[in-house]
Amino acid sequence: MTFKYVAGLLCAAAVSILVVGPASAQDKTVKIGAVYPLSGNAASAGVHAKAAIETAVEIINNAHPELGDLPLAKNAGLAGLGGAKVEVVFADNQGSPATGQNQALRLITEEKVVALSGSYQSGITLTTSAIAEKYGIPYLNGESVAASLTERGFKWFFRTTPIASDFAKIYLDFLKDMKAQGAKTDNIAIVHENTEYGTSVAGVITSVFKENGLSIAQDIAYNANTTDVQSQVLQLKDKNPDVVIMVCYQSDAILYAKTMQALDYKPPMMVADNAGFSDPSFIKAVGKLAKGVFNRSSFAIGPAGSPSYLINEMYKKRSGDDLDDTAARQMQGFFVLIDAIDRAKSTEPAKIQAALKATDLKPEQLIMGYKGVKFDDKGQNILAAGLVIQLQDGENYVAVWPKNQAKTAPELPYKGWQ
Amino acid sequence: MSPILVQVIVGGLLLGAVYALFSSGLTLIWGMMNIVNFAHGDFVMLGMYVAFMVWTLLGAGPLLGAPAAALVLATLGIIVYFGLIRSVMKGPMLAQILGTFGLALLLRYSAFGFFGANFLTLPENIVGGTFDMFGIRIQASRLLAGVVALLVTLGLHLLLTRTSLGSKMLAVAEDSTAAQLMGIRPDSMQAIAWAIAAGATGIAGALIATFFYIAPTVGETLGIVAFVTVSLGGFGSVPGALVAGLLIGVIESVSAYWIGAIYKDIVVYSLFLCFLWFRPQGLMGKT
Repeated sequence: MTFKYVAGLLCAAAVSILVVGPASAQDKTVKIGAVYPLSGNAASAGVHAKAAIETAVEIINNAHPELGDLPLAKNAGLAGLGGAKVEVVFADNQGSPATGQNQALRLITEEKVVALSGSYQSGITLTTSAIAEKYGIPYLNGESVAASLTERGFKWFFRTTPIASDFAKIYLDFLKDMKAQGAKTDNIAIVHENTEYGTSVAGVITSVFKENGLSIAQDIAYNANTTDVQSQVLQLKDKNPDVVIMVCYQSDAILYAKTMQALDYKPPMMVADNAGFSDPSFIKAVGKLAKGVFNRSSFAIGPAGSPSYLINEMYKKRSGDDLDDTAARQMQGFFVLIDAIDRAKSTEPAKIQAALKATDLKPEQLIMGYKGVKFDDKGQNILAAGLVIQLQDGENYVAVWPKNQAKTAPELPYKGWQ
Repeated sequence: MSPILVQVIVGGLLLGAVYALFSSGLTLIWGMMNIVNFAHGDFVMLGMYVAFMVWTLLGAGPLLGAPAAALVLATLGIIVYFGLIRSVMKGPMLAQILGTFGLALLLRYSAFGFFGANFLTLPENIVGGTFDMFGIRIQASRLLAGVVALLVTLGLHLLLTRTSLGSKMLAVAEDSTAAQLMGIRPDSMQAIAWAIAAGATGIAGALIATFFYIAPTVGETLGIVAFVTVSLGGFGSVPGALVAGLLIGVIESVSAYWIGAIYKDIVVYSLFLCFLWFRPQGLMGKT
């Protein structure tokens, strides 16, 4: 019995040492909180987000003159704060809005972070940013696209990514263009997961399309944690739409790709809204089954030697994958936040907020293909932009639309696994 | 009936057979020692990773992957029994629940650490792709899983009802002190039960891996279904789990097709609750 107790105590001690970890005791550090899905069904996205932010921290805290006009890269640390280093405290939202909220609260009240970033899933960004708003802590979101997030009248919430309404407009113009080239686009179906992300993106697409005389003939909502999607695919097969728009997270996107092959269903055109279909693990796992799927993106790795290329190399060393659009948007958001703190020359929340409001970054200062970064009164970046990409070979997305940014022409019909 | 509806039902039956397959281990453990194994879904997850490793290292499909997973998981089952279950069984019910729940988290986060968060899949044609039968598409991998589900159910049922090992195991389940007086070692019987249950779960995982994605959290997604299947079938009843699995699969598919995918859980769980109202012991459970 005694042996058991001693062994138990030793185990407990070992675990608590692991949990506590080395104490951080640097004087000149700026602490930023980052809430991402590091476990749960979207963990793949969270792990890539973490690698993207860590890469950004590496660039900020060390001198990287080779990265051109990118703010904060040239010298080590934040010049505006006497060379202070950035430290990021990561927290796991476990894919749950409630957990995300608790973690945001912990980061603000216990870790005393000066600003927050996160939280990937729109439904969780919704709750974490509400906590930041309550405590008056600046919150920068680089990737959540639900339009509602910047419609709440928040004073501390800033978002750099293009949002659902921007993409809806891109999809609309793209489909119109495809129609002009002879593709059938009259009968449109939309398949979306049923949390904040899927519901709001589908809603925005439906209303933007409606305003422009296109109606959505079929709307299929489902739960992203599902074990099976056969019935949804059969519903599509039954109605046989010309265009299917998919708004999915990773695990469900994989199931759709596999199930469509199993049930021998291929829509003539398939457009995916980022998230699941952009995730590197989706492409590696089932990219070969979804050849020809269109997607949206605001990022391109760029020619060898360019800043975005060099950053991608650094990121790849850390994560093993190329920077995908989502991770790149997260990294961009983080740069914008730290740039504001640098210009604020202070870690006081109100001064950071003022600096964020004054943000005016030019395209050459960004890693993304945005027209710049400038926030409106709601905190939304009004210069965000995107383009249409296609997974032509099942391995890499290439830019196909609009024409002036395209690397190659869009290919139709959707090829799937052939 | 329209061909698409037939396809929906066939799909539901194949899905249900898979539910039954990964629920049999859970129901066996309950029948043997009244323990709910909350780590069950994560056992399935480990079975999937074993199948994936067999494929990456040796290039072999489920023919080798399933036995390998059975072996690895059976060993794990014995370790878990002697390392954890034997002690927590002496404690209060809450200790058992939290014990296996803790084990679930340990396995899940170890998988995160070891395999990473990326989603993995086995190649599509690892068990012969998909074939057409009278216009109905059938995935060979799901059919194989369905057939194995039937065999495993039959095997476990025969083991429990027709062999002396089964009788001994049931004797221990009934009254372990009396069984001990008859010269049966409860410890070995229960360790064997854990080995068999975990081994069957390993086979289930290896087969599900042929058509599902593999990720550290997959056990969470599948685990819930296993608990519903087992309580509908009757805790401890292996044939009950089979019937319940098939029923849930078909109800899910048909309701998702007719009413909509977001409502399928509402349909399944309301029917489930109504059923338990009239028959709390489940379809084939003991009163």
